[in-house]
Amino acid sequence: MQAWDADRAQARIRELEHLPGALLPILHALQEDFGYIDAAATPLIAEALNISHAEVHGVISFYHHFRQKPAGRHTLWICRAESCQSMGCEKLVEQVEQRAGIKIGETTPDGSLTVEQVFCLGNCALSPAVLLDGQPYGRVSPNVADFLVDSATRPQ
Amino acid sequence: MSVKVYVPRDSAALSVGAEGVARAIAQEAASRNLDVTLVRNGSRGMFWLEPLVEVETPQGRIGYGPVSREAVGGLFDTGFLEGKSQVLCLGPTEEVPYLKEQERLTFARCGIVDPLSIEDYIAHGGYRGFKAAVALEPQAIVDMVQASGLRGRGGAGFPTGIKWNTVLYAKADQKYICCNADEGDSGTYADRMIMEGDPFVLIEGMTIAALAVGATQGYIYSRSEYPHAFRVMQRAIEIAYENGYLGANVAGSGKRFDLEVRLGAGAYICGEETSMLESLEGRRGQIRPKPPLPALEGLFGKPTVVNNLITLASVPIILDKGAEYYRDFGMGKSRGTLTIQLAGNIKHGGLVEKAFGITLHDAIYKFGAGTASGRPLRAVQVGGPLGAYFPESLLDTPLDYEAFIARKGMLGHGGIVVFDDTVDLAKQARFAMEFCAIESCGKCTPCRIGSTRGVEVIDRIIANENRTRNLELLDDLCELMTDGSLCALGGLIPLPVQSAVRHFPEDFDKPATSPGLLDPEALKSNRPNLHKETHPWR
Repeated sequence: MQAWDADRAQARIRELEHLPGALLPILHALQEDFGYIDAAATPLIAEALNISHAEVHGVISFYHHFRQKPAGRHTLWICRAESCQSMGCEKLVEQVEQRAGIKIGETTPDGSLTVEQVFCLGNCALSPAVLLDGQPYGRVSPNVADFLVDSATRPQ
Repeated sequence: MSVKVYVPRDSAALSVGAEGVARAIAQEAASRNLDVTLVRNGSRGMFWLEPLVEVETPQGRIGYGPVSREAVGGLFDTGFLEGKSQVLCLGPTEEVPYLKEQERLTFARCGIVDPLSIEDYIAHGGYRGFKAAVALEPQAIVDMVQASGLRGRGGAGFPTGIKWNTVLYAKADQKYICCNADEGDSGTYADRMIMEGDPFVLIEGMTIAALAVGATQGYIYSRSEYPHAFRVMQRAIEIAYENGYLGANVAGSGKRFDLEVRLGAGAYICGEETSMLESLEGRRGQIRPKPPLPALEGLFGKPTVVNNLITLASVPIILDKGAEYYRDFGMGKSRGTLTIQLAGNIKHGGLVEKAFGITLHDAIYKFGAGTASGRPLRAVQVGGPLGAYFPESLLDTPLDYEAFIARKGMLGHGGIVVFDDTVDLAKQARFAMEFCAIESCGKCTPCRIGSTRGVEVIDRIIANENRTRNLELLDDLCELMTDGSLCALGGLIPLPVQSAVRHFPEDFDKPATSPGLLDPEALKSNRPNLHKETHPWR
């Protein structure tokens, strides 16, 4: 992940603008590179796809996955859907919030960890499930949750 | 001679340490100077046994599981490379009763082959269905799918052949095949398993659909929550291109078919077919009113087959073995097999592919072995967040589309989420409404506003404010949402809510407690705080 860079963003947009329905692939590419979609990207995308700023903004704000402000170096997704509820994910959420000192949707003050909720990671036979930086963890015990938070928030 | 050892790379297996096990096996083999070939297969779907390691022996594949990284040295010491018995040994994997008692048609190869080897896929019967299809007229392919009785596995259960027929007869310069792999229902993971464990079966199924209706471009719409499945699917598509199974001349047939996988972005509503099309076109995932049907005016306004992943992945075996072979499985109007996904508080969670007609009870107890916690089962939710909560007394319901509708439930995508006796159904009902409020696309009022009002009414019921009258109000609201919503999200969310009230009235008749699952502060302000607390970036 790197800091916002308009030239880099422009290059990513160029790579993808030819695709039919290119907007979501472009937004995914920008979030992959920068961890979020900077407001400065909106006019670049609108220009490339010949759509209005409002249309671009409307799409960014519609989808839960797209962030409009920078995220931490690590991202922890906690599943809060029914299957994980049946195995106590709400306690897990409380514990993670306490351990990291932030609420769901927030980033730790040192910028190390963002914790977000998702609805289903497709690991429902091994609930409760989380994903840390794309790595899946199943049957997450309190110890494992603490370990994941600690390893993500350890000073670099 | 090299010994083949299989360690799954399915993300559920990875979530319990399969990567470490694979590394440990490679290291151990190297340090002992043993010739081991590691194959990273998909999962067999017996997740409580993951990581499930298999060794190829003259007696067939022998399974060991669950294997931890620490146990690998011991496996080598006790001769697992010769398939010798020890404490983790399961015997021949195919003989494990959980697998042996299934009817694996769609999942015939999942967990067996190397997902990224097209040679392996073909060696295990891959592309036989395609070969059969190439020899047929488009109408004959459609007729065969129709005769097989295959119905949409996404939940709606619409006959696939009829849908294809509509697209076949639509006149257009361009037609599309769209695979709905936006598997957002909690308790389901069958789509993910195919993408990670047998992606070529989906490519083949979509190619057959393209031949049948005259389409040349396909899209798979998957989820940002499935990063691993996305990568495997993408790689499989590249391999198919490299080997001539996609592109201008698919396997020498003279037919073109191009395929791309796209990612959603965390919107449950995009599992609704018209929202998915909007999203693929690069817009907010707001649903489109029907008509026009996507079969006539779908993606970019062109005739489009939109099918669930499991529907499309079931097509190759129908073309290969014939419509009758497939139709002979199942009951009533539900033909073929259902991919049951056992989830939640269940001891032996996993994928069970069975002919339609097995009861919920048998799925949960014969296969699932009861709750994981060991406490009594109290409720099951079948069909995802829009499915009804059933009490133990309804576990005799057979897994069949019509049988579930008759009991005011929904089979959906086949996910079964089990809850033990610690569940509070009033909270689950509240969650259903809250989920609908978070995920509503906002197009129609009953869903957009009704879901928020629903959370408030349930909060009042839980807080014991005018309980009787608020229960009536909730009923009224549910009726309105059912009749007035444009799509299944608002239209079906009353199912979990009303089934909870109907089957578990005692949970709505307790002393006042704190309300929600997601938002403990809601009662204080007497207003749910949906977007602020749970989605601060909106």
